[in-house]
Amino acid sequence: MSDLLRVRGLTKRFGGLVAVNRLDLDVGAGEIVGLIGPNGAGKTTAFHVISGFHVPSAGEIVFKGASVVGQKPHAICRRGLARTFQIVQPFAGLTALENVMIGAFNRTGDVAEGRAHAREVLDFVGLGSHRDAPARTLTLADRKRLEMARALATQPELLLLDEVMSGLNPTEIDQIVGLLRTIHARGVAILLIEHVMRAVMALSHRLVVLHHGEKIAQGPPGEVARDRRVIDAYLGESA
Amino acid sequence: MTWGLLLQAVISGLLLGGVYGLVASGLTLIFGVLRIINFAHGAIMMLAMYASYWLHALGGVDPYLSILLTAPLFFVLGVGVQRVVIEPNRRAAEHNQLLLTLGLALFLENLALVLWQGDFRTVRSAISGTSFMLGDALVEGARLVACAGAVVVCVGLFAWLRLTDAGKALRALAEEPEGAALMGIDVTRIRGVAFGMGAACVAVAGALVTPFFYVAPDVGESFNIMAFVVVVLGGMGNFLGALLGGFVIGLAESLGATLLPGSLKYLVVFLLFVLVLLLRPEGIFGGARGR
Amino acid sequence: MAARAVGLVALAALVALPPLLPKYFLEVLISVLFYAYLGESWNVLGGYAGQFSFGHAAFFGIGAYTSTLLFLRLAVSPWIGMVAGGLLAAGFGLFAGSLSFRYGLRGPYFSLVTLAFAEMLRVVAVNTKAVGSSLGLSIAPRSAPALFLFDGKLPYYYVILAMALGAVLLTRAIERSKLGYALHAVRENEDAAEAAGVDTLAMKLRAMAISSFLTALGGTFYAQYYGYIDPSLTFGPAVSIQGLLQAIVGGAGTVLGPFVGSFVLTPISELSRAALRGRAGADVMLYGLILVLVISFLPHGLVGWFRRR
Ligand SMILES: Nc1ncnc2c1ncn2[C@@H]1O[C@H](COP(=O)(O)OP(=O)(O)OP(=O)(O)O)[C@@H](O)[C@H]1O
Ligand SMILES: [Mg+2]
Repeated sequence: MSDLLRVRGLTKRFGGLVAVNRLDLDVGAGEIVGLIGPNGAGKTTAFHVISGFHVPSAGEIVFKGASVVGQKPHAICRRGLARTFQIVQPFAGLTALENVMIGAFNRTGDVAEGRAHAREVLDFVGLGSHRDAPARTLTLADRKRLEMARALATQPELLLLDEVMSGLNPTEIDQIVGLLRTIHARGVAILLIEHVMRAVMALSHRLVVLHHGEKIAQGPPGEVARDRRVIDAYLGESA
Repeated sequence: MTWGLLLQAVISGLLLGGVYGLVASGLTLIFGVLRIINFAHGAIMMLAMYASYWLHALGGVDPYLSILLTAPLFFVLGVGVQRVVIEPNRRAAEHNQLLLTLGLALFLENLALVLWQGDFRTVRSAISGTSFMLGDALVEGARLVACAGAVVVCVGLFAWLRLTDAGKALRALAEEPEGAALMGIDVTRIRGVAFGMGAACVAVAGALVTPFFYVAPDVGESFNIMAFVVVVLGGMGNFLGALLGGFVIGLAESLGATLLPGSLKYLVVFLLFVLVLLLRPEGIFGGARGR
Repeated sequence: MAARAVGLVALAALVALPPLLPKYFLEVLISVLFYAYLGESWNVLGGYAGQFSFGHAAFFGIGAYTSTLLFLRLAVSPWIGMVAGGLLAAGFGLFAGSLSFRYGLRGPYFSLVTLAFAEMLRVVAVNTKAVGSSLGLSIAPRSAPALFLFDGKLPYYYVILAMALGAVLLTRAIERSKLGYALHAVRENEDAAEAAGVDTLAMKLRAMAISSFLTALGGTFYAQYYGYIDPSLTFGPAVSIQGLLQAIVGGAGTVLGPFVGSFVLTPISELSRAALRGRAGADVMLYGLILVLVISFLPHGLVGWFRRR
């Protein structure tokens, strides 16, 4: 399987704290990889570094065969790597449609064309009926969809999703799982941070487990779930 | 350029720098607690200078003595302004809060202009005009007192912050707003106290400079700008930094005045300001970060 | 549709009525349009991109001084000098902007650094004999339309009307373009904008260039209309505040906000000046009060308030 994203030895320090420590991570084209780990494991930090919001302290990030280290987030996005934020970041004063148009403008300079594409994406994620609602009036579940729609509208090859299911009820989670399957079926690879185990187990081809910034396990979901160190890490958290 | 001139510049700069340090301490205190860059700081200082002026002109009160009245008065005034104007807008966008204090500054400055016209007024204290020689340099008594007074007040403020309950609460709020609220600190009251203390600082500074500085509606502007520069230099929210920064800026201004023609000394000060903003927005001495 | 009709009637009135107005009202109307224009210019950067410049006087002054110096020293027509000043100001804006944005200055820190840039230019102008130092520069009045000099006020009125309408049309075009959407995104949330592929630095610089160019043209108009400029009139903080004030009071980030702001503020200023004759400062004092009240009660300005109702 050809590698879309290749991360080697990725390290991010905040002062004395090592948030991510020598992380190796691959995502192949058409793959869904789950990134899990207890709170504070460094998952979001890894996303920030990969998507260009933080400069890595050390390590390599290669996307589609070229290094993206030191590039700005927008440039990385244009190369085809889009992300969502754990704490949703809608443009609160813009309507849902306008939010998605911002993403769509990555692939077109034409306003009408951008609007048409944004409409399609909104319909696709099931927000079509809220098109003209200001983003600030949307519910949390809808804001999470909006966040995904904006990222999707940039037409990425790899989508980094940071806890798009947290805070949602079981029905909503099932809807998102279905949505992610469709996105994947359209040929988009996904790297998924998720605490909702049921969903991440069902979706992921492979799991990577972080604990205190280090990768402690990886492999097919079934195997990882039985890994002693993984169980200890999660138990240690709740103890 | 002789050594005498240079020594003179250094001494004048340091003496004025102490006052800048006090003005900036008030600004940094307000910033530390309210997270607001108070554009009206200089205007409040100007009002305080008028208060000292009128106490002198109408009541014959020596400007130094007037501090006993103006400092508490301006504390109360500061608390009031905070409560009525700033507090209701606490959740407004950052730039709107900045504009709020800008509006306040425009209002106060031009209120003074309407009430008392633009004339330059001067106040004479018992020690106005006294001076002595230090080597080749002349030291004016009033400037020396201003600097010494400013430093004493700064030290007092520092001690107040470390030792009293109100001071400790204020520091707790500056460092951890959520934590402070959880600890049962009356956050709203402390924000008022911080603004009041900031106003009291400029009330003292204003009284200290009136014996050798003119009083006019726009006199606060230059102090305001200098205090911004000092606070950015010293690190937003950093008290010691404000005092040290005051001396640095006083020196820069005074050396600039000696070495450069006309009012180009301000170019030096602004250049320093821009450089610090760009390169070290956390200030030379550290502090709350500016990015 | 009704709004469009009202707009057309207002436009027709602005074009047709002035020749019938007494001189005093014509002067007031020129002031209204002039400050509306400054507000529109500031609005591109401050309102749309959300970068609150406190130093637009820098661009205004560059515009005023460039065209005036070219005219006085090299006999270049101010019509040409105006464009030169605009380009120079845009260049300075890009320089100041890329410095501040690259170093990540946001919010109040950006305001402070722009203020410092304008003050630096003011100090330089005050101390430079070649540009007239604090004495300033005068342009003798005469009638020479090719040199942007007219007999009477009416021609100046039509010039500033054209400039103000041009700024409105440009702003409207920006608002509806990809740039407009990108600027709005930048204003709302820079991180999210970057994540969605918006080159936030480039967008802010574009807004800066347009805003500074327009502001500089206002500087040339001022120089030609009043025939006199000096460092504090052109580079002083009051100029920066004037532009921002119209936009904030009327509604920052809206096409007509600065216009509405100026149509409300400028007559108030004229009236208060007339009422308190001889008392300098009354108008600006009122401005300060209005600013405080608007921020407190209409944080989105008059237009924003009207829309939200
Ligand atoms: N900007 C920052 N500065 C300093 N420390 C940070 C910063 N961002 C994250 N950290 C620290 O790095 C560690 C990892 O945080 P991160 O947000 O990546 O965890 P996470 O795995 O996403 O956790 P969660 O599941 O709760 O979202 C934490 O200890 C966090 O406090
Ligand atoms: Mg996280």
